[in-house]
Amino acid sequence: MTHHRTQAAPVILNVSRRGLIKGMAAGGGLVLAAQFARPARAYPTGADAMPNKTVSDPHVFVQIARNGIVTIVAARAEMGTGAARTTLPLIVADELDADWSKVRVVQSLGDEKKYGNQDTDGSRSVRHFIQPMRLCGASARTMLEQAAAKRWGVNAAECVAQNHEIVHKPSGRKLGYGDVAEDAAKLPTPAASRVKLKEQSAFRYMGKGNVPLVDLFDITVGAATYGQDVRLNDMKYAVIARPPVVGGKVASFDATETMKVAGVEKVVTLDPTPAPAKFAPLGGVAVIAKNTWAALKGRDALKITWDDGPNRSYDSAAYKAMLEANVRKPGKMERNQGDVEKALASAAKVVTAEYYGPHLHHATMEPPAATARMLDGKWDVWAPVQSPGGTRDDVAAALGVKPEDVNLNCTLLGGGFGRKSKCDFAIEAALLSKAMAGATVKVVWTREDDVRHGFYHTVTVDRFEAGLDASNKVVAWRHRSAAPTFMANFEPDPKRPSGIELGMGWVDTPFNIPNIRMESGEAPAQIRVGWFRSVNNVMHAWSVQSFIAELAAQLGRDQKDFLLEMIGPGRIVDPRKQVSTAFWDYGEPFETYPIDTGRLRKVAELAAERAGWGRTLPKGHGLGIAAHRSFVSYIATVVEVVVDDKGSYTIPRVDTAIDCGFCVNPERVRSQIEGASVMGLTLARYGEITVKNGRVEQGNFDDVPIVRIDESPKETRVHIVEHGINVPASGVGEPGVPPFAPALCNAIFAATGKRIRKLPIGEKIA
Amino acid sequence: MVNLRVNGRERTFGGDPSMPLMWYLRDELGLTGTKYGCGVALCGACTVHLDGEAVRSCGVPMSDVGGKAVITIEGLDARGEHPVQIAWRNLGVPQCGYCQCGQIMQAAALLKAKPAPSDKEITDAMSGNLCRCGCYQRIHAAVRAAAKGA
Repeated sequence: MTHHRTQAAPVILNVSRRGLIKGMAAGGGLVLAAQFARPARAYPTGADAMPNKTVSDPHVFVQIARNGIVTIVAARAEMGTGAARTTLPLIVADELDADWSKVRVVQSLGDEKKYGNQDTDGSRSVRHFIQPMRLCGASARTMLEQAAAKRWGVNAAECVAQNHEIVHKPSGRKLGYGDVAEDAAKLPTPAASRVKLKEQSAFRYMGKGNVPLVDLFDITVGAATYGQDVRLNDMKYAVIARPPVVGGKVASFDATETMKVAGVEKVVTLDPTPAPAKFAPLGGVAVIAKNTWAALKGRDALKITWDDGPNRSYDSAAYKAMLEANVRKPGKMERNQGDVEKALASAAKVVTAEYYGPHLHHATMEPPAATARMLDGKWDVWAPVQSPGGTRDDVAAALGVKPEDVNLNCTLLGGGFGRKSKCDFAIEAALLSKAMAGATVKVVWTREDDVRHGFYHTVTVDRFEAGLDASNKVVAWRHRSAAPTFMANFEPDPKRPSGIELGMGWVDTPFNIPNIRMESGEAPAQIRVGWFRSVNNVMHAWSVQSFIAELAAQLGRDQKDFLLEMIGPGRIVDPRKQVSTAFWDYGEPFETYPIDTGRLRKVAELAAERAGWGRTLPKGHGLGIAAHRSFVSYIATVVEVVVDDKGSYTIPRVDTAIDCGFCVNPERVRSQIEGASVMGLTLARYGEITVKNGRVEQGNFDDVPIVRIDESPKETRVHIVEHGINVPASGVGEPGVPPFAPALCNAIFAATGKRIRKLPIGEKIA
Repeated sequence: MVNLRVNGRERTFGGDPSMPLMWYLRDELGLTGTKYGCGVALCGACTVHLDGEAVRSCGVPMSDVGGKAVITIEGLDARGEHPVQIAWRNLGVPQCGYCQCGQIMQAAALLKAKPAPSDKEITDAMSGNLCRCGCYQRIHAAVRAAAKGA
């Protein structure tokens, strides 16, 4: 038997337990290897329910040159998490046993048929692609071993890939990957059942945090190319005056002065798309010029009369009052457990509170931009989009051509946060190029364009009623919520939350309370509502975790102890039979990613311990905690705040514990969580988009402030719960944000006794 | 006509004198490391050195740069090995990376003027540069590290 020489001892033990006899009966060495291989897909994920699923074929993702340079294709969008262009490629490289210094990464075109799902959203990249990318790398490794074996005329089971070389174990002969790459590339992709994945002990990059960002050098020398940076020969620059009210259109316009601006070449009108418009552009008047500055000056000189349409009445202050009215009356049942009415009626005490979270804006540092042209009958588009495949389809539909006639080049994204899931700007570029007979046109969004024409985070009112029995035990929990749905982009305004929105920190509430009821209030959408990093979790985690702390305070209990009591003992919480809309577990099979309160407890305990919960604090200091499951990860944050006697507050320290299953790239997980503290503080301190007469009232960073370095938390400490490869990887990009605002507000309460029920807090605590 | 020096090279500009330096660098010279973020000097993404001082190039019209020397991120160090750039890489500062050229230019100007800044001086100098990904903790640490290495 040859496998004794090629396999490490622990594996052989595993093999014997799994039944070596059966394997031997099946035949030769390679088949044997397959018998004791770890199954390539150890667990099902929601990837199979996504459009175009996943692809793991190394013929698609891996190329090895004669000089040994391994090129790995990144097919998802890179917006700053590192997942698309660093973490997924390092998974392939690890299973391939490639030397990372000889690995290059190239970005694919938008093409989901070829690459599988490319919709970079929902903190899904690693959790959906860790298994396919491991299989991809391991398949490529297997093919290299087979090619070397053939070259040497030996059994493939005697050949093993090690650090960019194939070694023939019995003789010690070696061939570089480049030496056998061409032969290997001609081999068919082996069946997954014949590919052996590495044991965790053999991982070189997974779980290590030893691979820097692929684009790190380019970023630091100004060579990284974002959508705003695309430059092509004979390129024209466009800016667009868009209707200030969603659904509005141009009534009339006069471009006489615009055409007098030096460098302005053409003025083009774009039609609006009636609702539901998905990601279609808003329409407006485009000014096309020789450079951006001329286009901007030309736009300033336009005289436009707008027909505002039905959304001209949208007023965010009046809307808040309507949402409040709609949660103060019975709504549509979304989840029911036990009998809340009865329990509230017989409660010794009922505690009620309402929370308001306004619209938020993504404000990616890179405002949207896209470039398009027609060349040789094909359309080429360059855009910083989160969904390269979906954008290709949407652009093709807008142009009236087949998706195969569109090359969608996904540039780096200067931040995404959900805004760049919506490809209106890429469609604009394509339509303007078409209006210019296929000339190269780059559409530049200014910061004001970005702030005023966004897809905003919804506006939310949450109302809680908690019933306490005579022994101060919480026996009833009624949570009503109203918020316009992002589904209004896709269907005639449903006015009620979708299953996706319900599942984000609301009907998945894990508390150990006998009687639970969630009800939704009506909320028509009068603005483009889109998903913002962490989506509905942001406001639900804030309100739920704040209300828990309110109850603790009313009962004179320690906030952390009371939170743990509410979470209850470690168990699986299964709301699937209690909900009126099919339960959405982040699109995952519940069996793979159940709601495990043991893991939620553990991160709360870990964050508290590392933060020194219970320590004596100086006057004006306070600690607050929040724990929240989102994107099937478990996160808890403890914020320490210092409030001075004028109400100004600073944050010396944040401790966040995250359980994201097996952690592929701990270094980037830390950076995501550090950043989540800052984004969490920005939304808590400043985040608010207001609308009057249908028009967004803000425009630039003076009235859409982003937390600066002098206001930022001084230090965010990240504590990662360690797991083996057998624990399914879960989301990282988004889960860090939701617990921050409630932990901060709970800390402010601890420091001052003031409870915040309306965001943003502002620069001072009122 | 405006004559200026950009990354050591003499340039002549004959266009609209009200054009901000940022759009000239980006659209006319193709120096896209200078990023557009706000256009009104609120975010720092377009920071360059003008006669050695850090400025927001979106707020400087071409009519103001005659006879001056501009250094952009592309001209900071020929091999990309300015101590600030090295520190940025050693500490893995960037996430999306879009604001980082401006951050690096700001930090380089600070360290040129004050080779050993205090923590507060670092914070004050960097507070005009926004980062939406929230890399501030590492930005601060990288400026500190670069100062030690300088």
